[in-house]
Amino acid sequence: MNEVFIFATLNGLVTGLLLFMLASGLTLIFSMMGVLNFAHASFYMLGAYIAYTVSGYIGFWGGLLIAPLLVGALGAGVERYGLRRVHSYGHVAELIFTFGLAFLIEELVQFFWGRDTKNYQTPELLDFALFTLFGQEFSAYRGFMIAISLGIFAALYVVLTRSRVGIIIQASISHPHTVANLGHNVPFIFMCVFGAGTALAGVAGVIAGPVLTTFPGMAVVLGSIVYIIVVIGGLGSLPGAFIASLLVGLLQSYAIAADAGMPELLEWLGVSFERSHPLNDLWTLKLPQIAPVLPYLLLILVLIFKPTGLMGNREE
Amino acid sequence: MKKHLLLWAAYALVLVLLPSLFSSVLGISILNQMTIWILFALSYNMMLGQGGMLSFGHAVYFGLGGFMSVHALNLIADEVLVFSITLIPLVGGVFGLLAALFIGSFSTRKAGTVFAMISLGIGELIVASSLIFVDFFGGEAGVSGDRTYGPAFFGIEFLQDSEVYYLGAFWLFVATLLMYLFTQTPAGRMANAVRDNPERAEFIGYSTRRVRFITFCAAGMFAGVAGGLFAINYEFITEENLNALTSGRVLLMAYIGGLGFFIGPIIGAVILTLMNSLLSNYSEMWMLYLGILFLLTVMFLPKGFAGFIMMHRAAWNNGKMGSLVLPYCLTALPAGLFLTAFIGMVELSHADELLHFLSMDLANDSAFSWFVLAMLAAIGAGGVKLARPRLAAAWEHANAAAQEAKS
Repeated sequence: MNEVFIFATLNGLVTGLLLFMLASGLTLIFSMMGVLNFAHASFYMLGAYIAYTVSGYIGFWGGLLIAPLLVGALGAGVERYGLRRVHSYGHVAELIFTFGLAFLIEELVQFFWGRDTKNYQTPELLDFALFTLFGQEFSAYRGFMIAISLGIFAALYVVLTRSRVGIIIQASISHPHTVANLGHNVPFIFMCVFGAGTALAGVAGVIAGPVLTTFPGMAVVLGSIVYIIVVIGGLGSLPGAFIASLLVGLLQSYAIAADAGMPELLEWLGVSFERSHPLNDLWTLKLPQIAPVLPYLLLILVLIFKPTGLMGNREE
Repeated sequence: MKKHLLLWAAYALVLVLLPSLFSSVLGISILNQMTIWILFALSYNMMLGQGGMLSFGHAVYFGLGGFMSVHALNLIADEVLVFSITLIPLVGGVFGLLAALFIGSFSTRKAGTVFAMISLGIGELIVASSLIFVDFFGGEAGVSGDRTYGPAFFGIEFLQDSEVYYLGAFWLFVATLLMYLFTQTPAGRMANAVRDNPERAEFIGYSTRRVRFITFCAAGMFAGVAGGLFAINYEFITEENLNALTSGRVLLMAYIGGLGFFIGPIIGAVILTLMNSLLSNYSEMWMLYLGILFLLTVMFLPKGFAGFIMMHRAAWNNGKMGSLVLPYCLTALPAGLFLTAFIGMVELSHADELLHFLSMDLANDSAFSWFVLAMLAAIGAGGVKLARPRLAAAWEHANAAAQEAKS
């Protein structure tokens, strides 16, 4: 029991921190522009694919360096030439624009790389077991994922709260006109933040690609969960996104590891049912089966009882 | 009023005459798809265009209506229920409405991003549960039925697709009329007000939540009717009809057609259904073109095709349309050239060796083919650039005249 719990916790941490890498960029972009970037997970996918191609020439570490830069530049371009234009039509148009962008990027990925799964491998350098616990190995690559996510969180926190750049960014979130009057180029700051956010998604893609497989559906798989995390955590709140990422990661991981469900619950309650009606699957549900649904349930509950999210204070 | 009656009569006439014009098997099948998608897109426009609620899970009502309809078809086949299958869309409508009543009771408190996220969450929840409740949703294979059972409707047993078309066209006409009449009711007007300025609507004394709820339920009901039509036409339904793909597709239709204009979703549904059924025969890349078309629409025609047509109202009223024809043609010609060359390049990059394009044989690996296409694209782009100032000037002129006439 103990080892199942510990490994579920570790796996939950890895997933949660990976989700946070996406969620942090998304939250940052939301607090600036007030628009939820639906294409965010698509930039994550682009990161994985570009890194896959680049790593074919100069190895994994080159890909880790180059792919996020390229993705960030692409994101900045999208902001400059697409989103800025749509901004004047209002929030719904912006949301729909990013939705269309996600659709287009998925098609483009299939256009350039094809529909099949890419054989994107973890680097040999990290191909060993970091430690062995109860006879199960914990790979060094997963440790590396945890380290890099925590590193990014720390760096982001320091830059945003302790540096001059961070102060200007925070000021342009809350008081864009005042910042503009002080002589800063606010649209340029917006573009850079969008680029940085998408670059973070790119980093997540590079390090997740080898573990979660690189295929054209990877954006959809992770995408909706990331939006949900941002909303659960409270739109625009970085600490909220952090808590929600870990919460969702751990929740899913525990549900998958748990070998319990309705049959056990019914037995415990001492109830038994005739199993012959259309919904009789309900009485045989196991927790691992509903693990993918849990984040959505959590989202709906949070939105009903606290529409601003766990840490949010932004009312629309 | 007279003008309106004429328009509706024309609409009914077009619906009746269409199968005679396109009487091939493919033609009828496309028309059948159009009735379904037009109805679905209209219901989506009711939600987003009229009520201002951006939903990423509208397929839920469509799909649930469809699933209940297929189950109803099966019950008719088993003679548990006895009624004509012409009433199946009503079954879909009732269950679409019930689902909307339940979901709308908590999701319509806010519009905007919160609503969009709840709709996304519910959509994903239903899709996930469709894979869990295999008995009801049929798992990945879906559920199938048979529309030929039950009492015949005046001797019609719906063995032919064209008979199904008339059934669909009838329900489409009724639903379109009802949806139009809804826009004219005080509730429909209030939906517009709540969309544009919820704060003011609250101050006047309306509950924005209740207004949204009414619109939401009506939209869910009509989506369910569309799902019922889907069930009759295809005689099967799978979880794909519930999922984000279908929700996204209806959003694309309504947006490309033009949100907020009653006729917009009709245009959008017609364009997308045609693209889906005709273009997919010629090119594997059609989804890519669709994506590009959608993004360009969002960026340059925020009100869709219907909005583009409506932009010409001022020029039309002042009889200045004539002065726009020539500049439009001069811009459209090079734009068409650019588009053709662009499509040629996209297709060439994915062709196996030889591509037969515009009666030319282009080779995948020959630099010459690429050069020709690139040149054509460059000429097209250059032509558009040259023609644009003229178009802008003509546009200015036509609208300036309209403003003078006003003052």
